[in-house]
Amino acid sequence: MEQLLLLIFLPLVGAIITAFAGKSAKIVSTVFSVVSLVLTLVIAGNFIPNASTQFEVNLPWIADLGINFHAGIDGISMLVVLLTNLLVPIIILSSYNHQYKNPAAFYALILFMQCGLLLVFTALDAFLFYIGWEAALIPIYFICAIWGGKDRIRINMKFFVYTIAGSLFMLMGIIYLYLQNPAHNFDIQAFYALNLDSAQQGWIFWAFFIAFAIKMPIFPFHTWQPDTYTAAPTQGTMLLSGIMLKMGIYGVIRWLLPIVPAGVHDWGQVAIVLSIIGIVYASLIAFTQKDAKRLVAYSSIAHVGLISAGIFAFNQQGMQGAMVQMLSHGINVVGLFFVLDIIFSRVKTNKIEELGGIAKVAPQLALTFLIIVLGTVALPGTNGFIGEFLLLMGVYNYGIWAAAIAGLTIIFGAVYMLRMYQNVMLGETNSLTITFTDIKGTEKLVLYTICALIIVLGIYPKPVLHLTEASVQHLLEQVNQKLNTVK
Amino acid sequence: MNIIITISITAFIVLYAGLFKANKALLPLTVVGLLTALGFTFCAWNGNAVHFGMMQTDNFALAFSGICIIGTLLIFLLTQNYFHAKSDNIAEYYTLILFALAGMIMMVSYKNMAMLFVGLEIMSVSLYILAGIRKKDFASNEASLKYFLMGAFSTGFLLFGITLIYGATGSFDLDKIQAYLVNSQAISPIFYPGVILMMIGLSFKVGAAPFHFWTPDVYEGAPSLITTFMSTVVKTAGFAAFLRLFAGALAPLHDFWAAPLMVIVCLTLFIGNVTALFQKNFKRMLAYSSISHAGYLLFSLIVLTKNSGNNVLVYAAAYTFASIIAFAVLILVKQKTGSDSFESFNGLAKRNPLIALCLTVAMLSLAGIPLTAGFIGKYLMFLNVMTEYKTLLVAFAILNALVGFYYYFRVIAAMWFKDGAETELSAPAQYKVVLLVSVAITLILGIYPAIILNLI
Repeated sequence: MEQLLLLIFLPLVGAIITAFAGKSAKIVSTVFSVVSLVLTLVIAGNFIPNASTQFEVNLPWIADLGINFHAGIDGISMLVVLLTNLLVPIIILSSYNHQYKNPAAFYALILFMQCGLLLVFTALDAFLFYIGWEAALIPIYFICAIWGGKDRIRINMKFFVYTIAGSLFMLMGIIYLYLQNPAHNFDIQAFYALNLDSAQQGWIFWAFFIAFAIKMPIFPFHTWQPDTYTAAPTQGTMLLSGIMLKMGIYGVIRWLLPIVPAGVHDWGQVAIVLSIIGIVYASLIAFTQKDAKRLVAYSSIAHVGLISAGIFAFNQQGMQGAMVQMLSHGINVVGLFFVLDIIFSRVKTNKIEELGGIAKVAPQLALTFLIIVLGTVALPGTNGFIGEFLLLMGVYNYGIWAAAIAGLTIIFGAVYMLRMYQNVMLGETNSLTITFTDIKGTEKLVLYTICALIIVLGIYPKPVLHLTEASVQHLLEQVNQKLNTVK
Repeated sequence: MNIIITISITAFIVLYAGLFKANKALLPLTVVGLLTALGFTFCAWNGNAVHFGMMQTDNFALAFSGICIIGTLLIFLLTQNYFHAKSDNIAEYYTLILFALAGMIMMVSYKNMAMLFVGLEIMSVSLYILAGIRKKDFASNEASLKYFLMGAFSTGFLLFGITLIYGATGSFDLDKIQAYLVNSQAISPIFYPGVILMMIGLSFKVGAAPFHFWTPDVYEGAPSLITTFMSTVVKTAGFAAFLRLFAGALAPLHDFWAAPLMVIVCLTLFIGNVTALFQKNFKRMLAYSSISHAGYLLFSLIVLTKNSGNNVLVYAAAYTFASIIAFAVLILVKQKTGSDSFESFNGLAKRNPLIALCLTVAMLSLAGIPLTAGFIGKYLMFLNVMTEYKTLLVAFAILNALVGFYYYFRVIAAMWFKDGAETELSAPAQYKVVLLVSVAITLILGIYPAIILNLI
């Protein structure tokens, strides 16, 4: 129990110390994020991969309102907690070649956000979940709006109002569930046990789904995403795409499916259709992008669409695929944005047509970039393959046509990603790229770590699958059982 | 009773101290007086004493008295050098504010409607003068006149309402009125217009739409510190008076007055928020946002539960302390730049990070972001209305809250993301105390609201 509290609040302590660390904020925050990672690995080592909730904490918080500090870790949580605490040190390390003004605030906000994310991923109390949900949003808003690029104020206002709109309606749904709960508390098990009729489940489904869909984002709630990703500082983009969008996916798995199974049964089809439209739509737009960062942003919408379709297909393969793909997508997309950041820091542009021939002058960057791109396009032997394969299998079991269209993502993805790689890295060097220097120092460390993860998880994904298997199985049984009682 | 006596005596002492030009002694005297009054408030806790059948110091009254006194105390701490620059006779300011506070204490603890009227008038007359206290300033005069005319008008409504209710029940006493409603077979037909007229009169006083037209001009024209006082402490007292009548004596008639109240709430929320959105001036924005907060505060009366009073207390506390921060920073910025437009807040984070951080917390609280008091306030309001599953009403309030996010975050954006004049902005020590105390209260109530949830 103490371990979990330590895990959640260590980043917060780190954030406070970092805020006063002045010039050494970079080092202090790195130390805290690495210690968090080590702690997570220790917890993962002690974690028994069955369906139970472990390291549970349940402390009274605001007793009069039925709010408890109730958190715990099961297989699904373990996976996203691992992802979070793995990516945060990588993201902090990736900032080493930047000189942000006011670094103390920058790194403190990253750690503060980490605390919010961990709350979201471990909360077993709906109110706590909501607090974490917002606590993760405020720091990223400031990160993007203070250190972002052109037009950052307007773009981030849109992002902020968009996401908070979703979450306020989710709060309304949470209050409704609380009032329906005879025990008048926010406990997740009590919410699971509620007996709601299908009309109630229907609107609760939408109250939650829109919040999650905006976060992921799913078509047509995605319009904030490309601008925000492009205008954010690279570390902000990494936090948003690598970790934050998993909040939406995790929310669907942890809260939406088990609480309103009948709502999912009635409306899940709409969710799948929206996800698949998103896949095709985002892929087609990605084709036409001239800016590599925007291209990756749209490709991210396509990938998330597939994950979401796999979840709403609601079977073992789809769900397990979503698990693996959450991890893989987080790692790959952070890698992609880091490579683009390295290129931008050298030549001050991410326009695809202005680049070319970088592979000749920077072979190590070319190699690592290739591995990351191959991971993203799901080449067998990379981490992307396992996830997308399982996801497509899940969607196939749901419907052949759905799978056929969703499968386009792999073909489209391969085309636009490889074309981007070709135009940026291969060909003749031009006046801009001739002076390009290869990766060094922390850049090497970060990129080689990411590549190692891509290959290891691609060849031997069993630990990940094993970690979540029992929890996923349990979730499916629980939901199916509840669905039968509603009918 | 001790509370009112202490405050009144303090007011007289301060007046005489001013007569003998003991200007340095004014603030310490006032602070001591208010602290004593606060002490009496704590002592009377759980006493539930009735004073001559006119006032009842139950926990409701004491909790609201406490907030009013603490708020006034913080505002007094902001007076450092503020009044000196405006007038020679600064004792008047202190005395009038103290008299207004005495009136408010009556308003939050009345048991007899005559007391409500007396308290309201003591408060209002002091405020009419305070609003116009910059004698040579045109805007200040306009504010005072407008406030006076509108105030007199609304008092008329209120009095007429009281008369009609008296005519129906034969009593000014709240308990007797309630007993009449519960026991009588047929309620007299003149009772209903009485209720509506009282609702209108009180809506005027708290600045709820469509009776809000005086608010922006008066708030803008009056000296900023007086505006702070009017939009925080005075408003809180007004809501307490509203609540004491409607959630107490008139509660049995809830089915009748809930519908017109709902109209008032929806209009207030909508007009306040949408108009605030288009303001270019920070002070005017705060004025309109105070209208919208009046809407949220009245929200808890739409569905009466045993928690309604406490919800208003939490919300009023959250709103009061956040607004005090906002106005304190506004006064500092205006002293430095001479302007209170949004642009004058540009780059505040570089000029003074501490002040910017405090104002950010205030804005987050006013907008209702978790871990601040404002969120708990809004949450309780939504929860209260959701208990009767008025989903559409809550959805409407949520949409309004979204509009609120937009204009509060504009201030945050100006402070942190825009570049402005690079001049240093320093805060006097007393301002720092007020800011830090208010921020601390805002965060403590946001993180651990259990301390205030069961007060009443």
